[in-house]
Amino acid sequence: MFDYLEKQLPKLIMAPTAIVMLVCMYGFIGWTAVLSFTKSRMLPQWEFVGWEQYGRLFANPRWHVALDNLLVFTLLFIIIALVLGLMLAILLDRNIRNDGALRTIYLYPMAVSFIVTGTAWKWILNPGLGIEKMVRDLGFTDFEFRWLVDPDMAIYTIVIAAVWQSSGFVMAMFLAGLRGVDDSLIKAAQMDGASTFRTYWHVILPVMRPVFFGAVVILSHIAIKSFDLVQSLTGGGPGYSSDLPATFMYTHAFSRAQMGLGAASAMVMLAGVMAIIVPYLYSELRGKKS
Amino acid sequence: MRASTTSHKLYKALFVTLLLAAALVYLAPLYVMLTTSFKGIEEIRNGNILALPDALNTSAWSKAWSSACTGGDCYGLAPYFWNSMRIVLPAVLISTVIGALNGYVLSQWQFRGSNFLFGALLFGCFIPFQVILLPMAMLLAWLGLANTVTGLVLVHVIYGVAFTTLFFRNYYVGIPTELVRAARLDGAGFFAIFRHVFLPLSSPIIVVSVIWQFTQIWNDFLFGVVYSGPGTQPITVALNNLVNTTMGGKEYNVDMAAAVIAALPTLVVYLVAGKYFVRGLTAGAVKG
Repeated sequence: MFDYLEKQLPKLIMAPTAIVMLVCMYGFIGWTAVLSFTKSRMLPQWEFVGWEQYGRLFANPRWHVALDNLLVFTLLFIIIALVLGLMLAILLDRNIRNDGALRTIYLYPMAVSFIVTGTAWKWILNPGLGIEKMVRDLGFTDFEFRWLVDPDMAIYTIVIAAVWQSSGFVMAMFLAGLRGVDDSLIKAAQMDGASTFRTYWHVILPVMRPVFFGAVVILSHIAIKSFDLVQSLTGGGPGYSSDLPATFMYTHAFSRAQMGLGAASAMVMLAGVMAIIVPYLYSELRGKKS
Repeated sequence: MRASTTSHKLYKALFVTLLLAAALVYLAPLYVMLTTSFKGIEEIRNGNILALPDALNTSAWSKAWSSACTGGDCYGLAPYFWNSMRIVLPAVLISTVIGALNGYVLSQWQFRGSNFLFGALLFGCFIPFQVILLPMAMLLAWLGLANTVTGLVLVHVIYGVAFTTLFFRNYYVGIPTELVRAARLDGAGFFAIFRHVFLPLSSPIIVVSVIWQFTQIWNDFLFGVVYSGPGTQPITVALNNLVNTTMGGKEYNVDMAAAVIAALPTLVVYLVAGKYFVRGLTAGAVKG
């Protein structure tokens, strides 16, 4: 009897995690999916209405603003963070003294919450007293910088704050990748008389492809989940001009008693994440085996 | 030859200048937060955002800590700081212990389906939490844990275990299985091997897991804002309320002092154990 228990111990240890995972991840996803096909508003109702909530969702102009913002935000955020991170990593990789201190400085924003980041940038970008006043005090009295209160520009303030917070992380990933590149490859390229630029472009960057893809996946994942930063920096405003799907979902599911609609928007978000993650995980795991 | 070394030196000087300029830009928000927090309101209105404070005025700090209004009440951030501690400490501890045991099983005591289980768990690191928010709210209400610290601990443990398991599994997978086999021949059991063989080797990964979980949970806002009630809110929610409370004039110095207070624990952890922090980030970046 004791022997039997001992043999089953690994499974027993995993059992709680497996059950909780089954219920609280996959079960809950299923539950949200079911909710998205019902009329639920304030409380769950089990009256099924088919795809009606999805129809309402995609007929809602606010949802389209959120999707457009997500596209703009994700693209700019990823491109700028990648370029900045890669540049910092390449510069740091050139035997700079005290690079540890510099790395610490580039990466510290990642340790801070998005709420703190949003609070800080909300103050820096303050139309009356922030950067605008600073530049005006320098003598440029006509200078205007009011992106935070401009419905057309508010989403870009979120890009600025998000890049500040996450580009150090991209730097760390790229730097780890660069340090892992085989020195003999670089030496060979230099022996052939390749310039530093060409060495990077043709020899080092191709080796970094997996790091690059990893960074893109993580950044897009951060972008799709972005919620805290929007809440603290713009609150989705002015109006709903800087809404993202995550804030849309929160507002409708919890503040506006539109549970079915909120659930539908969450399912669309999940589909978006899956479209990026599943191929990535698949190629990662398959690559390991071969 | 000489010409090339001079140009080499010039390039290097250029690189260092660029790096230092970038460092200044990254530091600027922290600098602005700190300087603003020590200024008086008049000084903020008349002065420049980059100027140093005239004197070290700490009144904004004491107000942010003990008397600023966060939505309904005016006790400052202090109670919420301790709420966060009461949520974070047990959640970090429990999720790390579970993650260590899970990782030990998944790497050294594999059974049929254990790899599939790991893959299914890994997926959990990536789901957007919006998709579980509503059912979890119903579950917490059903358990009588809505708006409680215990409820928040539970939620953070459930969704943190995917990460801690990943950390420990990937760390233990590098330890040869022969070790377990040899220990079993000596008559050691499941827990004895874990305690005497694996635990002594685990300090680095325990640090990584603790730091990762601490930062994640301390910085969490989504679960905090959805599952807490008045009196049980974590500090991120209280900070957001404080900044958005519009009673009387806007006190930017208090906002900034509050933001620094909310950021301090994770910043300290980062400065003390930055190396492990980076490791957690890159391991959290999923290496299958």
